[in-house]
Amino acid sequence: MTAPSPASEPRTDVARALKHAAIAGLVSFGMLLPLIGFRTIQDMRNELVLETRPLLLASFVLLTIAGSLLVSLVLVPWKQRRAAAHIPGESVRRAHWRAHVAKWLVPFALGFVVLYPVIVLLGTGFGGAVKWIDNFGIQILIYVMLGWGLNIVVGLAGLLDLGYVAFYAVGAYSYALLAKEFGLSFWILLPLAGTLSAFWGILLGFPVLRLRGDYLAIVTLAFGEIIRLILINWVDFTGGYAGVSGIPRPTFFGIPFNANDDGFAAVFGLEFTPLYRTIFLYYVILGLALLTAFVTVRLRRLPVGRAWEALREDEIACRSLGLNTTNTKLTAFAMGAMFGGFAGSFFAARQGFISPESFTFMESAIILAIVVLGGMGSMIGVAIAAVAMIGGTEIMRELEFLKLIFGQDFEPTQYRMLLFGLAMVLIMIWKPRGLISTREPSAFLKERKTVAATFVEEGRG
Amino acid sequence: MTVNAPLLSVRGVKTCYGNITALHGIDLDVHDGEIVTLIGANGAGKSTLMMTIFGNPRAREGRIVYQGRDITQLQTHEIARLNIAQAPEGRRIFSRMTVMENLQMGAQIAEPGHFQEDLERIFTLFPRLKERIGQRGGTLSGGEQQMLSIARALMSRPRLLLLDEPSLGLAPLIARQIFDIIADLNRRTKLTVLLVEQNAFHALRLAHRGYVMVNGRITLSGTGKELLDRPEIRAAYLEGGRQEATAEAR
Repeated sequence: MTAPSPASEPRTDVARALKHAAIAGLVSFGMLLPLIGFRTIQDMRNELVLETRPLLLASFVLLTIAGSLLVSLVLVPWKQRRAAAHIPGESVRRAHWRAHVAKWLVPFALGFVVLYPVIVLLGTGFGGAVKWIDNFGIQILIYVMLGWGLNIVVGLAGLLDLGYVAFYAVGAYSYALLAKEFGLSFWILLPLAGTLSAFWGILLGFPVLRLRGDYLAIVTLAFGEIIRLILINWVDFTGGYAGVSGIPRPTFFGIPFNANDDGFAAVFGLEFTPLYRTIFLYYVILGLALLTAFVTVRLRRLPVGRAWEALREDEIACRSLGLNTTNTKLTAFAMGAMFGGFAGSFFAARQGFISPESFTFMESAIILAIVVLGGMGSMIGVAIAAVAMIGGTEIMRELEFLKLIFGQDFEPTQYRMLLFGLAMVLIMIWKPRGLISTREPSAFLKERKTVAATFVEEGRG
Repeated sequence: MTVNAPLLSVRGVKTCYGNITALHGIDLDVHDGEIVTLIGANGAGKSTLMMTIFGNPRAREGRIVYQGRDITQLQTHEIARLNIAQAPEGRRIFSRMTVMENLQMGAQIAEPGHFQEDLERIFTLFPRLKERIGQRGGTLSGGEQQMLSIARALMSRPRLLLLDEPSLGLAPLIARQIFDIIADLNRRTKLTVLLVEQNAFHALRLAHRGYVMVNGRITLSGTGKELLDRPEIRAAYLEGGRQEATAEAR
């Protein structure tokens, strides 16, 4: 390959970059002035006074300007240079590399999640382990499972569902109320809660069969709100805002996790610590999440899973091939709802307390964001997105050192939604079809082949 | 059912989109083993008739009878299960799914045991699809997509195949290839075909019989040759086709 001539060397236009940065700074100033620049606090006499935070505001604006300069002076020229130095066969090589990574990623990740509690125990000892297993492990796995459940509806069947949290709520309340009223065990109620959620999924499915896209999204959004409002207002049944407390916790094959003589620790001759329950719950949700993944992977290879994906592609073509689209949509709704219900009943069992607060639209939005950012239909992508999104917001709690930079009043957790938004914008710029946008085919003639990325990738849509 | 009853018979079918009547009472017959073509200008209602036979939109008046059974009120997927296949207008392949998966979707209602055999049959008809089997539908060329659309429809072992503008957007040479395959299928497997085409010359040469549609009405019908020889057909639809044919002859 010949060396690029000086004329084709991309020039970095400093003046342009400065102009861009100035505009970005102005926009962020205008946007953040009311959000960060001002704050109302109560003074000694209980009066509201307006506090200005010029330093904090300035640091955010400067951050934006620096980011803009970084993009236009470093990132863009770098990308241009890379594009100019395009090596033939590069895409094939990269596809091979990617296939290589993909081959090892799943077994490695599986091994890691299975050993995670052990790693944490070795790393932090008994004292700090609960936080890491519960806040990071269990919390993230719940969202991974919810993401995979919603992935069936949104990613595979292409039915945009903004009210997924409704099924999560149905599962949680099913477990909570049935366990409290009838004293049934977690393992009996888990399938029951899933069935009830699936039933509600079908119930939602019927009226929206003819809808698609935006219209479907609005109706599912409304459905999510209806369920939440019922939970709030049917006080006799659900406890209203107060929620349901004292929900029985799951037991280890009948052995409760408590400090009594018949408790888990005593039976196994161990010293009592709440950690055992946490570890047990971790493996329960891990098992449930893996069940979701397993079922989805298997279903994709069966006619029903293929029908879901075909439905996402073209509904009219599906019908003219003799596919009953009504049944196909209803099974997708029911399947997705069922896994949401499983996750919900696990959530209730883990928390011991649930209230409508946990099932707001925000939850639906986060789950949907995880699916979209992960790449619709991609199981690995959804898992990565859940780890990044939920893990990221949990890590925000740990970043105490930021107080040294932004002052003692700075509360990092308050900015987690900002970071959430930032992450979304970045992914939409660089990966508009989600982290993993290539779809893994479910059927092969003889054997899998690595196909060059130029064949597999589609135009950005 | 008498011996000579048509495989598909459309009687007095009227279809409306809202207040607009697209088909004003269509009568059309397709006999077993025939290729019947339907030609007409843009907006004449050809595709609407195809879609109406498939139940979407539903005929407001009239009857559609297939193999002696009234299918007017059936749903699209129920009609498809009666061994009528359709390669719809605009191909409508599943673009993110591979060629293989598209073909599997076509075999959705077929006997699972036939799959391998049908796949081999498709590969002999369309060797290109075998080369492309693991590729995504959306990355195929226009001609390959049209082949896939027809192949997918054939996977259900249909008795009647409805083809809506298979030559749309294809280079003349590729279009001819497609027409040759249709003729071959009809000759060898007695597949009955109802073909909607803009390319009247090729379609009429291929077809046993043809219908001409104008503004939602059938204005002429006859054998392919009769229609080809009629001066008004030639004036309205064939001048382009003749030129193309002479160009090919050179």
